[in-house]
Amino acid sequence: MSKKVLVIGEAREGSLRNVTFEAIAAGNIVSDGGEVVGVLCGAGDLSSMAQEMVYYGASRVITVANEELKTYTSDGYGQAIYQVIKDESPEGIIMGHTAIGKDVTPKLASRLESGLVSDATEVVVEDGNIVFTRPIYSGKAFEKKEITDGLVFATIRPNNIPALTRDDSLAGEVTEKEVEITNIRTIIKDVIKKSSEGVDLSEAKVIVAGGRGVKSSEGFEPLQELADTLNGTVGASRGACDAGYCDYSLQIGQTGKVVTPDLYIACGISGAIQHLAGMSNSKVIVAINKDPEANIFNVADYGIVGDLFDVVPKLIEEVKQMKVNA
Amino acid sequence: MNIFVLLKRTFDTEEKISVANGKIEDDSAEYIINPYDEYAVEEAIKIRDEHGGEVTVVTIGEEDAEKQLRTALAMGADQAVLINTEDDLEEGDQFTTVKILEAFFADRDVDLILGGNVAIDEASGQVGPRLAERLDMPCVTTITKIEIDGTTVTIDRDVEGDVEKVETSLPLLVTCQQGLNEPRYPSLPGIMKAKKKPLEELELDDLDLEEDDVEPKTKTTEIFLPPEKQAGKVLEGETADQVKELVSLLKTEAKVL
Ligand SMILES: Cc1cc2nc3c(=O)[nH]c(=O)nc-3n(C[C@H](O)[C@H](O)[C@H](O)COP(=O)(O)OP(=O)(O)OC[C@H]3O[C@@H](n4cnc5c(N)ncnc54)[C@H](O)[C@@H]3O)c2cc1C
Ligand SMILES: Cc1cc2nc3c(=O)[nH]c(=O)nc-3n(C[C@H](O)[C@H](O)[C@H](O)COP(=O)(O)OP(=O)(O)OC[C@H]3O[C@@H](n4cnc5c(N)ncnc54)[C@H](O)[C@@H]3O)c2cc1C
Repeated sequence: MSKKVLVIGEAREGSLRNVTFEAIAAGNIVSDGGEVVGVLCGAGDLSSMAQEMVYYGASRVITVANEELKTYTSDGYGQAIYQVIKDESPEGIIMGHTAIGKDVTPKLASRLESGLVSDATEVVVEDGNIVFTRPIYSGKAFEKKEITDGLVFATIRPNNIPALTRDDSLAGEVTEKEVEITNIRTIIKDVIKKSSEGVDLSEAKVIVAGGRGVKSSEGFEPLQELADTLNGTVGASRGACDAGYCDYSLQIGQTGKVVTPDLYIACGISGAIQHLAGMSNSKVIVAINKDPEANIFNVADYGIVGDLFDVVPKLIEEVKQMKVNA
Repeated sequence: MNIFVLLKRTFDTEEKISVANGKIEDDSAEYIINPYDEYAVEEAIKIRDEHGGEVTVVTIGEEDAEKQLRTALAMGADQAVLINTEDDLEEGDQFTTVKILEAFFADRDVDLILGGNVAIDEASGQVGPRLAERLDMPCVTTITKIEIDGTTVTIDRDVEGDVEKVETSLPLLVTCQQGLNEPRYPSLPGIMKAKKKPLEELELDDLDLEEDDVEPKTKTTEIFLPPEKQAGKVLEGETADQVKELVSLLKTEAKVL
């Protein structure tokens, strides 16, 4: 049965996050031939980002610009999106499972008294039912989940559902909606940037991660260089964070970030089960460890047994060489 | 201050997972307090010690969850409530859980509710913000620091690695993130005292709820394990050759470069 689906877009530092396009693709599946309506909240001129959502497959886009939406607050965004939902009466809503998605979607679902499937990695239509797949027990198992009552509401994990190909011949209406926003109960006083510029870990295509084997914060420098060479970003085990070699914002695992990059290079990481919980679903895993018995080799596609301080610099050179030859 | 902690009993993080008859096997599993809820218990105790009041730990579950509640009492919480659904309900989801919690909080005086930002088993991360919405309270998720001064609350919030400085006020619901504190281990005297602390058991009836009121909005149709990973290739030879081979494999075989 075809459905009208709202896809809530998300911008970061002035441009749309990739997960927005993935959410449009998911919305397209859920809509089953119906309408995919993009929604974008923020301040100032949102029209070019809205246009971008059309090129990635939204049938039309509603923008909600308001000074109160310049920075995200759950009250502000909650009210804005709720008003759009009331106007549009959608049968489905899809958003990225990002910091914002995790914060706002449960509140909306609660207000609408609807179900919500969080952190889906796949969505398909089976015999007319919309079936989501999501990891449980930290990726040690998966479940298939359906909404049994009313609105089909879900968040999707970044990097899992492929976006549609951008097509700038696509056309769709962009409309502005005025909303009233009152009573924001949580005031953001300041934001201290700790994450490195550019890609967020959860959306990175390449991650070079370091563990206790990296031995110091200086030890992370070659890892950073390798990441830069591969247009990737740096992550870490809790061992490395606990030892103070890097910031906790880089931690990957059960109590850190969950990542699914195309390429994950683990350097000096033993592969504790709690670390694997955050990265074992990566598409390709490379392990560099001097202990041939390290558990990380059990999940790695390719392993190098050796000293990371010897291997990583050589790897940087080799990748640079490859780029020159290409 | 009336401080409440939402606590979920979960599998130990070390547990291997197996599936039988479409369900996660739980016969021999070791259970713990969801790690994020441990941060919540610790922070609640600290806040009570500084500002006075009482810490009540609440869980929805079955009889077995008493063990985790006793652990929280041994850490220093004052009392515990087990909302036992064993006899009343077969199925549930986040909607169910929050409907029950909403009924529990309906006639209670609340200043602060602390929960985990996510439970490591079903891991939706919905319960905290969903409940805040029902109770019409402000909600701050993934907090790494909290200070209370009168009814003004200042919070550090982790947003994908960046730190947001937030100001809000009581009554309030927060969800805890790693980095908030180092949960204490229960001391021996703590464990002794915990045995005598009040642990109340409630059923749906006591909350004026019927089975129909809490009927889930979602259902799980299948549970399965991820495909076994094939043994990887450990490269051999001189480091320089291994590195060359690796780059070539990543390019031609894995096609990720
Ligand atoms: C409730 C709970 C939650 C947790 N959550 C997380 C989480 O989210 N993320 C996480 O990562 N951990 C988590 N942990 C911790 C986890 O159990 C491990 O302690 C941690 O992952 C170990 O980090 P590591 O691999 O860097 O360190 P280690 O286990 O000490 O391993 C270091 C590795 O480096 C290798 N090495 C040393 N020197 C070199 C060298 N020169 N070259 C190459 N290799 C070298 C060693 O052979 C070793 O294998 C959690 C634990 C608990 C109990
Ligand atoms: C009879 C019954 C059967 C159920 N069967 C299923 C099932 O088969 N599959 C399923 O997914 N869910 C089931 N549930 C619901 C489930 O037990 C969880 O409470 C709910 O799904 C939230 O889990 P979560 O891991 O998504 O929590 P999250 O939203 O990730 O948890 C965040 C935080 O909310 C709090 N919290 C979560 N759960 C509880 C709780 N039970 N008690 C107190 N605080 C809590 C904790 O502070 C936790 O850190 C059932 C519930 C009932 C009553």
